[in-house]
Amino acid sequence: MSLTRRDFIKSNAIAAAAATAGVTLPASKTALAGDDPDVRWDKAACRYCGTGCSVLIGTKNGRVVASQGDPDAPVNKGLNCIKGYFLPKILYGADRLTQPLLRKKNGKFDKNGDFEPVTWDEAFEIMREKWLAAIKKSMEENKGKPVDKLTSRVAMFGSGQWTVWEGYAASKLYKAGFRSNNLDPNARHCMASAVGAFIRGFGIDEPMGCYDDLEHADVFVLWGSNMAEMHPILWSRLTDTRLTKPGCEVHVLSTFKNRCFELADNGMVFKPQTDLVILNYIANYIIQNKAYNKEFIEKHVQFNKTPTDIGYGLRPEDPREKKAKNRAKGKLTKITFEEYAKSVEPYTLEYASKMSGVPKKQLLRLAKVYADPNKKVSSYWTMGFNQHTRGVWVNGLLYNVHLLMGKISEPGNSPFSLTGQPSACGTAREVGTFAHRLPADLVVKKKAHRDIAEKIWKLPEGTIPGKVGYHAVLMHRMLKDGKLDCYWQMCNNNMQAAANMNEESYPGWRNPNAFIVVSDPYPTVSAQAADLILPTAMWIEKEGAYGNAERRTQFWRQQVKAPGEAKSDLWQIMEFSKRFKVDEVWPEELLAKAPEYKGKTLYEILFENGQVNKFPYEGKITDDRGNEYDNDESAHFGFYVQKGLFEEYATFGRGHAHDLAPFDMYHKVRGLRWPVVDGKETLWRFREGYDPYVAKYNPDGKKGDVFFYGNKNKNGGRANIIFAPYEPPAESPDDEYPLWLCTGRVLEHWHSGSMTRRVPELFRAVPQAVVFMNKKDARKYKLRNGSKAKIQSRRGEIICKVETRGRNQPPEGLIFIPWFDAGRLVNKLTLDATDPLSKETDYKKCAVKVSRA
Amino acid sequence: MANLPHEAGKEAIREKGWLLANKWLILRRISQFGILLAFGLGPWFDVWLVKGNLSYSLTLDTLPLTDPYVLLQALVGGVIPETIALVGVALVVLFYSLVGGRSYCSWVCPVNLITDTAGWLRRKLGLRGTTQASRSTRYWILGLTFLLSAITGSIVWELVNPVTITLRALIFGMGLAWLMILGIFLFDLLVSRDGWCGHYCPVGAFYSLLSTWTPTRVVAARREACDDCMDCFNVCPEPQVIRPALKGADKGIGPVITANQCTNCGRCIDVCAKDVFQFGNRFATRGSATLQAPPRATTTES
Amino acid sequence: MADSDKRGKGVSRRQFLSITLKTACSVGLMGIGLGFYAQRANALPPMAIRPPGALPESDFLSACIRCGLCVRDCPYDILFLGQLGDDIPTGSPYFIARTGPCEMCEDIPCVKACPTNALDHSLTDINQARMGLAVVVDQENCIAFQGLRCEVCFNVCPIRGKAITLDYQHNARSGKHALFIPVVHSEACTGCGKCEEACILEKAAIKVFPIELAKGELGHHYRFGWEEKAKAGRSLVTPDVEHQYNLPEGVKYDLQGKGLIIEEKAEAPGEPPFPSNPLDTLNRKRGED
Repeated sequence: MSLTRRDFIKSNAIAAAAATAGVTLPASKTALAGDDPDVRWDKAACRYCGTGCSVLIGTKNGRVVASQGDPDAPVNKGLNCIKGYFLPKILYGADRLTQPLLRKKNGKFDKNGDFEPVTWDEAFEIMREKWLAAIKKSMEENKGKPVDKLTSRVAMFGSGQWTVWEGYAASKLYKAGFRSNNLDPNARHCMASAVGAFIRGFGIDEPMGCYDDLEHADVFVLWGSNMAEMHPILWSRLTDTRLTKPGCEVHVLSTFKNRCFELADNGMVFKPQTDLVILNYIANYIIQNKAYNKEFIEKHVQFNKTPTDIGYGLRPEDPREKKAKNRAKGKLTKITFEEYAKSVEPYTLEYASKMSGVPKKQLLRLAKVYADPNKKVSSYWTMGFNQHTRGVWVNGLLYNVHLLMGKISEPGNSPFSLTGQPSACGTAREVGTFAHRLPADLVVKKKAHRDIAEKIWKLPEGTIPGKVGYHAVLMHRMLKDGKLDCYWQMCNNNMQAAANMNEESYPGWRNPNAFIVVSDPYPTVSAQAADLILPTAMWIEKEGAYGNAERRTQFWRQQVKAPGEAKSDLWQIMEFSKRFKVDEVWPEELLAKAPEYKGKTLYEILFENGQVNKFPYEGKITDDRGNEYDNDESAHFGFYVQKGLFEEYATFGRGHAHDLAPFDMYHKVRGLRWPVVDGKETLWRFREGYDPYVAKYNPDGKKGDVFFYGNKNKNGGRANIIFAPYEPPAESPDDEYPLWLCTGRVLEHWHSGSMTRRVPELFRAVPQAVVFMNKKDARKYKLRNGSKAKIQSRRGEIICKVETRGRNQPPEGLIFIPWFDAGRLVNKLTLDATDPLSKETDYKKCAVKVSRA
Repeated sequence: MANLPHEAGKEAIREKGWLLANKWLILRRISQFGILLAFGLGPWFDVWLVKGNLSYSLTLDTLPLTDPYVLLQALVGGVIPETIALVGVALVVLFYSLVGGRSYCSWVCPVNLITDTAGWLRRKLGLRGTTQASRSTRYWILGLTFLLSAITGSIVWELVNPVTITLRALIFGMGLAWLMILGIFLFDLLVSRDGWCGHYCPVGAFYSLLSTWTPTRVVAARREACDDCMDCFNVCPEPQVIRPALKGADKGIGPVITANQCTNCGRCIDVCAKDVFQFGNRFATRGSATLQAPPRATTTES
Repeated sequence: MADSDKRGKGVSRRQFLSITLKTACSVGLMGIGLGFYAQRANALPPMAIRPPGALPESDFLSACIRCGLCVRDCPYDILFLGQLGDDIPTGSPYFIARTGPCEMCEDIPCVKACPTNALDHSLTDINQARMGLAVVVDQENCIAFQGLRCEVCFNVCPIRGKAITLDYQHNARSGKHALFIPVVHSEACTGCGKCEEACILEKAAIKVFPIELAKGELGHHYRFGWEEKAKAGRSLVTPDVEHQYNLPEGVKYDLQGKGLIIEEKAEAPGEPPFPSNPLDTLNRKRGED
């Protein structure tokens, strides 16, 4: 079968239908445990968003038969959202993958063949063949190049849903084993801009505050975050504070009316991209009214500006890129307070109101709450800020406002980036599975950082390449251009998730030169587009650890066995590493530095290094109550794999303000917020008293004062205020494509829906993606509620039902489509423009037209 | 000589051939099944010529037909229906007044298929026993349904009406309707000859009222040729209607079957080897001389 | 009536009378039976919901001639006719919200199809339909009442934000997670049943019932004072006079509002550079934008 794009799209629709047809579960599988004393209860972190709710899982006879919100979990106190309520059902979809599947014709791998079941051995053998060929080619191309110029033709696309050790093992295998920095997580699509701004502003990643800000703030401001649906449990905490605290206010900013507006005291719908203007206006207002915290600014802040006209992360030949003066530049220039004040001066109330379309009165009210020194303000944002062609800038502009007022690093005063994935923080960011990162905020570009990693990993100097690898979007472009030969996607669904599917993702994956492996529990859109599918053990079918948005690390034990031959990502990574002799993948000169490794497999070097395999496995895991659990990976490899990996990983951060507690501790607690020093959690970072590292790095500091120690070696521990102006988005509506398209999620489905759409009740609640549209626009295009609309962009088209009275109420000129629906792939429409600094795609803005279907 | 009931029509077949001896029966079956098919085309084959059922239907989305009995019950219950329903009633009343009210029973009603089958089997098996209920019972029931409809304010007979229930069972879903159909079949077969249609059914009773002045009637035009074989009496579902017309020459009664219970089924025409009966005009046939039997080149026997 | 057959056979007057009497008696008995059956069979089970525009049940039963045209014209095939043996009056149309709720077509084809006005032709705006009324019948198992973030009924409701609203309440158990309680408003609920269909519980906690069953009725003598006052736009009797109180310094009494107000002590040195506009606070309403 030659899989044309049309076939592929057709088969998508079939798979979507099959997914819905196969959703029913036999009654016995869902039978409730009731008061059955034979049910074994244990805790686990919720599989979905970055909130990090804890659940209790009831298991009997090797099946999950019950679940409940964990009443002792500080995050959710026994509560769940509607997705969490149905957690056990995601394990038991009717179409779980249970054996490896390879495209074959006449008994041999063929890119255009049909999927046939193969053994794990055959699967790994074809992978080895492809990987080896690609690595050999890379070694040819890299001959004579210094370590910071090395490139690679093998890549892995990982996940913020990986467990901590899976991300860590993948990082080791790629960055050290295959010497490829082409490892990027799907967190690139969701958190990269936040990361960029943390590093630029504070020199260290992750929020300074925690969820307790939700009870301590007087004012909440939501910037491009539909927290009511995307962080349901946190929203209920925010709502409770709004209800019970006198004077509490909620301000909501978005490009369309979403469910948060139901609670908003000041709900503002602004024109896309003008958040840049509004934030500069607030800064200007604070300065004009001399409301800024002078003492704080003098002691703790440095003013900077960033290069402008930086392009849109598109392919270099795109006219928009050619036009950009400072393409992807981000080096900061120090400026004075006066220069900064002058920079924001043009951002007057009139200008901000005109640009954003928000009435002056409302903007003024918003500016006043930030400027009021007696009001504690917590700002929350998610994809509205991060998926933004100026994502790093706009994150930074919000920090500017908080820093001008000194409203930071204390209870209730918190700029807080919420995460969409359960371990975007814990795995993708902290472990550093990005193309440019190593664990604990180390980066591949810096030799000193590589040295640290090589030392911990017991590798010869120069093993880790110094050139930043291909990021998520670049990987698809490189696949299409034939510069990347092997691509392994784990624990996510990038064919559905990545932007511009028709022009980049799909042609890239189906490039005859490329070999695509997808590890997934279900036949997703990605699996359909792959060459080899590996059946994967999910969530509690393995021992795991997630880190949520408030730096809370949570563990769980393996509760049940995976179906059929499905294996965890960890097993797959480690087992695959056994297939390579180091002599095959490292050049002579590197191996010469460590002759003792000659003839050894990557597995032996990376995982049997005396550290990872340090902890024995006694054949079972036992909890404090005497319950016994499997650990399939440890049983297979012969040592306590997760513990060994975690403890080795933890050495990166301990003593460097990323301290994690000992492994066993996490199995006892409902998560701990790092840095965990002397067994104590850290709630608010950078403030003496709350954060032990402040006193350590700034022993002369005042009691209770802040110290931004992430920048201690750069500017003496100051946070950076970075001026950035308004710049237009990559694509705006015009006569031909007159509407903005914004994409996102709904409460009932999580991300690409591969799990939640297999829960019948959730499927029934929201069976398909609809296009949310203003009534006036609908009338204009001769549509009405429930009719079918064709939505077209310059890159593709989809057909959706129109919703004019639903939960999202877009203003005229903007439509919103959620992306969970495999039957309506909205990323055929989106543009793969990214923030040139963070390389994160802007899924919130592109131009489309709508007509009757 | 009188023929035995189970041999009714055999002589006619010998005399006229099978086709002529079953002509009206075949036409009736075509009509009945055709109507079933018309209703069934939609739900079974998604071809929507006729929507609805025997209470009310809309053909080709334009022609309304309303059952006057059902609508009358509704009216008695205090309902002012839509004009379209009244148009439907007018059309139905007009039609049946012209062709004979109880033509509904023999040419349309699906229950007739069941009771005819029961009657046929009864003759074939030679079952004789029957109960002695009055044929006027149906009029009492008819009156009762109006009374109950007025009292309860609902269309009472539709709760149990085998006519509409049978059709609905076929095109909307069976439910327990098969029990009712079986009951009627067994009742007619074992308990009472022509039991349901001839004694109890208020729908037939109602339609018989429309027959009172119907021009289209069966006429015993050649009653003088009658050889008393009794075949017509044996097959007739309302045999009491035949005697006056067939045997009333002496009493000065005309040859037209005027009784409104006659269902115009034409079975008597089929089974009569002597071609005594024919369809004719109620008024034009007052003088029997004007009607001539069609010439037939067959010999008679016995 | 034609009893000529019997008379023809020479039935005596006495026999005729006795037959007539017997017939009358048996038909009378049958009538009693049929009457009782009609009464019982006409009772609609609570989960069977009539199509939009259906007259009040008793009027409906006299008007509906069981033709099934509404069933035929429903584009979503959600309507059924009661079958013999069902609890539903034979041949009358209904739908079951849990398995197939009304999709609320804007052109209401089922009503248009009805030949007898049993589905009231004066219903032209489907939002005005009152097929039934949704009721949160099980507040113990509705997970929203426990603080879980479900809100599926709220989200699927086609009369968004009017027929079902969420009442925010403090969660005393967790202490910090609000409850989002679904509340149905009879003035807007059409009874379409979307909420019951979508309820994610094994058995729905929100169910649509016929309105007579779902609605309570206030004592005829009683009025809610605040509603009457709002309706009238003023107090129904002479407004209250201004009250005076004996109060220590720094303490106020707000009769209609907060009651006793103990004023904050003077601000600590360092006034805010500009006071917040008091109107901002005074005019604050939930949902304002």
